[in-house]
Amino acid sequence: MNSRKINDALNALSSKKAPKYTTYLAAIVLFLALILLPPILGIFTKFDTMQQILNQPTLMNRALIAIANSFMIALLVSAFDVIAGVPMAWFITRGKSRWLNIIDTLADIPFIVPTAALGYSLLLFWNGPEGISALFGGSLISPGWLLITLLHFTFSFPIVVRVMVGALLDYKMEFERASRTLGASPFTAARTVTMPILRPSLIASYILAFARSLSETGATFIVAGLFENGPVFLQNIKNELAVSNPPLYEGVTVFTSLILIVVSLAIFAFIRIFGSRLRLPIRGFWPSFERKLSYKKAEASRNSITLIVFFLIVLIPSLFVALPAFEALFNPTLSEAFSGSGIWSDYWQSLVVSYALAGIVTVLSFVIGLPMALMIARKRFGKFTANMFDILVNVPLIVPSIALGVSLKFFWQNFAFIPEFLLLVFAHLAITYPYFVRSMTAAFERISLDMEEAARTLGAKPFGVFKTIMLPLTKYSILSGAIIVFTRSVSETGATLAVVTTLQTAPVVIVNWVKQFVPATPLDIGLGCGILIVLSLAVLLTLRFVTRGKARY
Amino acid sequence: MPDVRVVNLTKKFGDIVALDNVNLTVHDKEYFSLLGPSGCGKTTLLKLIAGLIEPDSGEIYIGDKRVDNVPPEDREIGFVFQTFALFPHMTVWENVNYGPKVKNFDEKESETIVHEVLELVKLHERLGAYPNELSGGMMQRIAVARALAAGAKILLLDEPLGQLDAKVRNEIRYEMRKMAKDLNLTAIHVTHDQSEAMSISDRIAVMKKGKIVQVGTPQELYMNPASLFVANFIGESNFLEGSVAEANNGELVIELRGGAKVHAFGKGLARDERAVVVIRPEVLTVEKPSYRGKNVLRGVVEKISFEGTFIRYVIRLESEDFVIVIKPSLTERWFDIGDSITLSFESEKAHIFAYPEAGLMEEISV
Ligand SMILES: Nc1ncnc2c1ncn2[C@@H]1O[C@H](COP(=O)(O)OP(=O)(O)OP(=O)(O)O)[C@@H](O)[C@H]1O
Ligand SMILES: [Mg+2]
Repeated sequence: MNSRKINDALNALSSKKAPKYTTYLAAIVLFLALILLPPILGIFTKFDTMQQILNQPTLMNRALIAIANSFMIALLVSAFDVIAGVPMAWFITRGKSRWLNIIDTLADIPFIVPTAALGYSLLLFWNGPEGISALFGGSLISPGWLLITLLHFTFSFPIVVRVMVGALLDYKMEFERASRTLGASPFTAARTVTMPILRPSLIASYILAFARSLSETGATFIVAGLFENGPVFLQNIKNELAVSNPPLYEGVTVFTSLILIVVSLAIFAFIRIFGSRLRLPIRGFWPSFERKLSYKKAEASRNSITLIVFFLIVLIPSLFVALPAFEALFNPTLSEAFSGSGIWSDYWQSLVVSYALAGIVTVLSFVIGLPMALMIARKRFGKFTANMFDILVNVPLIVPSIALGVSLKFFWQNFAFIPEFLLLVFAHLAITYPYFVRSMTAAFERISLDMEEAARTLGAKPFGVFKTIMLPLTKYSILSGAIIVFTRSVSETGATLAVVTTLQTAPVVIVNWVKQFVPATPLDIGLGCGILIVLSLAVLLTLRFVTRGKARY
Repeated sequence: MPDVRVVNLTKKFGDIVALDNVNLTVHDKEYFSLLGPSGCGKTTLLKLIAGLIEPDSGEIYIGDKRVDNVPPEDREIGFVFQTFALFPHMTVWENVNYGPKVKNFDEKESETIVHEVLELVKLHERLGAYPNELSGGMMQRIAVARALAAGAKILLLDEPLGQLDAKVRNEIRYEMRKMAKDLNLTAIHVTHDQSEAMSISDRIAVMKKGKIVQVGTPQELYMNPASLFVANFIGESNFLEGSVAEANNGELVIELRGGAKVHAFGKGLARDERAVVVIRPEVLTVEKPSYRGKNVLRGVVEKISFEGTFIRYVIRLESEDFVIVIKPSLTERWFDIGDSITLSFESEKAHIFAYPEAGLMEEISV
């Protein structure tokens, strides 16, 4: 009765111009005020502190090397991701095995495990005495750039797989079939027809993996050893200078953040502009060679290699932390943990902070992100505005999150009354919002305008169209968008470290434990990571369960 | 050489039986059509022949060679898709040159071939255009040219004209046939448009619910439909229900609903069996009211539509059944609505079928 009245009222409102446009405008204003402008203004207010670093050549050198390391690793890792991720996506979408569904789910695990836990897990696997190193007598891979590269591969690989599986499912098979009937072997067909047509998705997956590698802080910090990339350097500088020499600390931070931001924007712009013009580099045809690559044996070995890479480099290292976690179940660590004594009281508090934060950020992303996505997808304020916001919304995605956090901190510290928790909300919102808007924009764009127009001609008001057509058709995307936002927020370490002084989130606690800033035993750490992983798995399985069979439209 | 032969072919999608034990031979250099209502399995059969999907059981031969396990790229077929499937990231030239490239033809040779086929489809000016810059008719020609350039001996065409407007469609369909004939190709053309199939095919297979119900030349199908379904699907027919009053060595007297008696020829029907008499509209002749011959049907003109060359009358018979009569407009006298009319037909030109168990409407519905 009551909800019906509200519905009628909303319907009536939505057919008037003013309220409709107010909604869109509010979404735009909130985006500018909370997400885009604060970091930009934050960094500009501190612009002059940069002089500090100019007369410190060694420090400057260290900063530049760290920045270069960041980009080298990101470029390299995302290339590996695409090389390994495309065959995996192909295997998942085209294979005939009954196990594909399970593999599909497994591929998501490293993506939803909080990266700090992932970092510790990898450290154990590659370096710890009980991991794979045991086979080689001694630690196989010690902390440093190689371990960072492996780590980044592990958590960005699932991104490429996810994007490419979606693209392959949407792809019209007819093109590939036509190519086969014209005489192309399966491999040639895939290389000359399917991949070029899916180029936008290839580029998107590369950019996402690239951005993720550039941003990741918590896990990288854990496995870095003495090696520094951008985020690790910023964190080290904070520990070294924040108290002893605040002006120098600010100068170094602004300098590093600014360069990270500018270079990643430049790379992003470059890929966006030239990526779509670039005809795929290899245009030749080698029919007889590729024919050999196409048939049973070659295909089977390709699939085996793909699976070996997936299990050995991605999945098993991600879950390796389960061993000490399991061990912890059978000794006093468990009761200590659940009684919340000693270091564990911080842990439980941080868990509450993390999940409350993630919940709030998810709701906020939804509320201000949905109208924005609709505005962009349906070009409500014209083509130009839509394109502009489409680019602007993605900016926070490619800015390293620790740099984003630093700039945000500089801006909001001008408003002393803002509590730290709110600061965290803003920082996480800025980082997660683009993911939600991206996935919703894509989902709305997939709904043909005809469908909306048909509903209008049948008598639905704009709000009615939204409620009865757009929402039901995008349910799956909303849900998966929300899950991405949620897990991303639970994982986020870089921006968190940058903005907080007293509050702790779960990944921060894990980093502190692993780095022994707090005295924690390996069993403590194992159990702490294990609990995080179990919670994330629960989230993933819920998603799988709720959306089962709904991905059809 | 390349006959196409399928033997006991069955294909299921889950519970749906898309093809049910189909047998068919298409001769070398024949222009052959698969005709049937939507969902009857035409595309499925074509894709099986192309090797794009795999059969559940049965055999497929091209020439003397069994090709069930041959991948599509080695079957020497050309497939023209309903949506054309031109590669959007390649120009016209690159699309047509694709087959020669992936088949490793000599560069010079493939250039000559591409020029030839583009000449053939009269699209030589737009070599550098991308598919989205072409009209539907152009895309269709490029799709055919692309299949030809790859050296296809057998052309498989899945509703190749379905996306075109009626006028272009009527022009292109004869070109398609001419091209196939000039190049000595075997063509299998899928369509649900019976006039398209009738006008260009050497032979037609009519399909219904995953089965082939009749194969024959257009004339055979029209003159001797093997079932009520074919009689209805190909051309137009009047269906009159009745029962066998006398049966004498294939010579039958049928008592129609309403009491009128007609003579016809048909085998396998015994006295008192229910039957359906099928009469093409142009077979019905108009007689004087005093006509005393065999096969008399009396009625009143209910509806008239003028169709240019022909006039179509809907007649309400005394039995309350309706029949359609078609007459040339300029050489015969016109009737008005309400005029009484006496009709007749030659017994040889009517067809008799047993009344279908499922009911007449169910049997002939598409
Ligand atoms: N990939 C598929 N999955 C499930 N069912 C299918 C698939 N392809 C075809 N079918 C079913 O098989 C039957 C035959 O389909 P087919 O496409 O061969 O029909 P058609 O004669 O080509 O129809 P149309 O004239 O509409 O193209 C239909 O019932 C269809 O729903
Ligand atoms: Mg079809």
